Amino acid sequence: MKEIREPGISEFIGNLKNLKQSFLGSFLRSGTPTSDKSRAATMFNNFFLHIQGVKTHINTLRPTYTFGLGLISFFLLLIVVFSGAILMIYYNPSIEHAYNTVKDINYVVYAGRVLRNIHKWAGEGMIIFVLLHMTRVFYTGSYKNGREFNWVIGIGLLIFVFGLNLSGYMLPWDQLAYWALVIVSNIIQSPKEITDALGITHFFDVGGFFKELFLGGHVAGKESLNRVYALHIMFFPLLLFVFLAVHFWRIRKDGGLTKPENFVPGEDHPEDALLPKKSGGLFPTYKTYGLMELARGRTPAVDQDVENMVMSWPNLIIAELAVFVFTLACVLIYSFYIDAPLREMANPLIPENPAKAPWYFLGLQELLSYSAFMGGVGLPGIAILGLVLIPYLDREQRHVGIWFSNRQGIIVTLQAFVAAVLVNVGLLVFVVRFGWFRNWWPDIPQLLITLVNPGNLWVAFMTAWSLWVIKRTGSTRMGAIALFTMFLVSYVIFTYMGTQFRGPNWDFFWSRSQWPVH
Amino acid sequence: MKVKNESEEKTGIARRDFLSFAAFGTVILSAITVLAETLRIIKPNVHYEESRKFKIGKPENFPVGTVKKLEEEKVFIFAEDDGFYAISSICTHLGCIVYSTETGFQCPCHGSKYDAEGNVVGGPAPRGLSWYEISQAVDGTLVVDSAREVPKGTKYIYA
Repeated sequence: MKEIREPGISEFIGNLKNLKQSFLGSFLRSGTPTSDKSRAATMFNNFFLHIQGVKTHINTLRPTYTFGLGLISFFLLLIVVFSGAILMIYYNPSIEHAYNTVKDINYVVYAGRVLRNIHKWAGEGMIIFVLLHMTRVFYTGSYKNGREFNWVIGIGLLIFVFGLNLSGYMLPWDQLAYWALVIVSNIIQSPKEITDALGITHFFDVGGFFKELFLGGHVAGKESLNRVYALHIMFFPLLLFVFLAVHFWRIRKDGGLTKPENFVPGEDHPEDALLPKKSGGLFPTYKTYGLMELARGRTPAVDQDVENMVMSWPNLIIAELAVFVFTLACVLIYSFYIDAPLREMANPLIPENPAKAPWYFLGLQELLSYSAFMGGVGLPGIAILGLVLIPYLDREQRHVGIWFSNRQGIIVTLQAFVAAVLVNVGLLVFVVRFGWFRNWWPDIPQLLITLVNPGNLWVAFMTAWSLWVIKRTGSTRMGAIALFTMFLVSYVIFTYMGTQFRGPNWDFFWSRSQWPVH
Repeated sequence: MKVKNESEEKTGIARRDFLSFAAFGTVILSAITVLAETLRIIKPNVHYEESRKFKIGKPENFPVGTVKKLEEEKVFIFAEDDGFYAISSICTHLGCIVYSTETGFQCPCHGSKYDAEGNVVGGPAPRGLSWYEISQAVDGTLVVDSAREVPKGTKYIYA
């Protein structure tokens, strides 16, 4: 017999024939997912999938509950990291070469312009989708019930996304980049406004110290570009990924996505998920119970049935893939048609007029035009502190997992929305028409303007309004809803104001076409 | 050995607590030191930039009654009957470059306005434009030191 005469060769040929099965077997570990048991094994045996549960709640799969916003942000991050890594191959962070290499990427490198557009737009898209994701989490009350700390982690992620976008904006070393760098370095220096007013700058110049650390000198130059580059490709990404890992891990540990307490699976919404079959598969039961571990606290299964859960494979995975394809397609199409801006090379002698920060900071720049310290450090600090404190000051554990909590929540949101639009626009109209203290009393001390300016008044109004809502409704959740709504509305209004209506010398113009020629 | 009961130990803290505090204190203190040292590392010892003290030329290059804007040095040099003075062209708000107008100076970024002496008359600037010290080198050229500010109205007479 052949096998006896040539055992080595025939074994080899047999292995060759079985290559497909044996490789797939070693790759998948648990075979093809044809039964609920192997579907479960597919999830928990895969490194990339095992961070997600074997089973997923139907509510999590409802498109109108999450809108996939967090997922979209994550997929945008993957796109940004990949495109950024390729851009690094051509980009050179020195003031002699930075601008030229970016120009090369735009005009010489194969598909370089689209690649740079993808990096830019996916990065800015992250700002929008992280903010929208935060909005979803807030209005569904998903910062409650043990998820308080994950909300705080999320605020950290939001800050890093802003930091990444801003530092990336400075790398091309064109006029936009250079003057944004100058303005940001002076925002960092702005505590000087306070130390000057107190007369202690001479020996306690905290603003100047951090400005020097940021720029690597007194003026923006080659040291500064190196530092911004290090922030952009190393410090912020490292922090972002650590926070993101904790963020994802906490979602599982905190019991998955929030869901209404008395959730009824939609007999009328069968499209939400592939409901488990009562027969078929290796274990043909509707419910299976197994003792995985003894757990304390708010883990998914304590005191609860496994009602309304479906297999993550394929229900969740298909939904995620769909979101990924959708995200990638949108980024590609947008980047194919819309170009990222690139102005002339940086010129320290000629500031842009108006010198504008990137759009997501134009709301802040509007506040900066009232007071550098409050706009650049004070008010953003208060806003971040306020966001971090929301889950700790609103401890009501009712109505978690329901958009706007209840009917009252919708009313409070609408009231806050209308009040915010009216008062915020009114404030801006007043400032544009009549100016502020310095236009009336030119000799007024700076400290008074730092303390009383339109930005501070707006924050005071938001706080007063939400305290009034708490008093009126007797509910801290309602107060939080009012505050968050007004925060969002004013972010949009201030940003729109800075983007559309501010022209040269930061004067008000109805449209760009009215800007004076110079 | 006699075991002390609680009433005997009212004063002072237990040895175990003291050692724990000391140990944790040491850890925290060294962490703070490392952090401070790290900040010190990224504070540069050498600045690769133009000297902040620069020569601007002989006094006769600045006829009385003229204003010269030195673009590179970011300074306006005024020559008047009662002496020379140098006013910075860097806006004190966020560091843009101001340009001179009929009544003084104007910043293009956020609309700060200054009068002819550099005092703030409008906009968000927290303080007036800096006046710099002017000295004369041995060869007779004027030297501006943008690291040294002088009170507004300080004028220098050199020939």
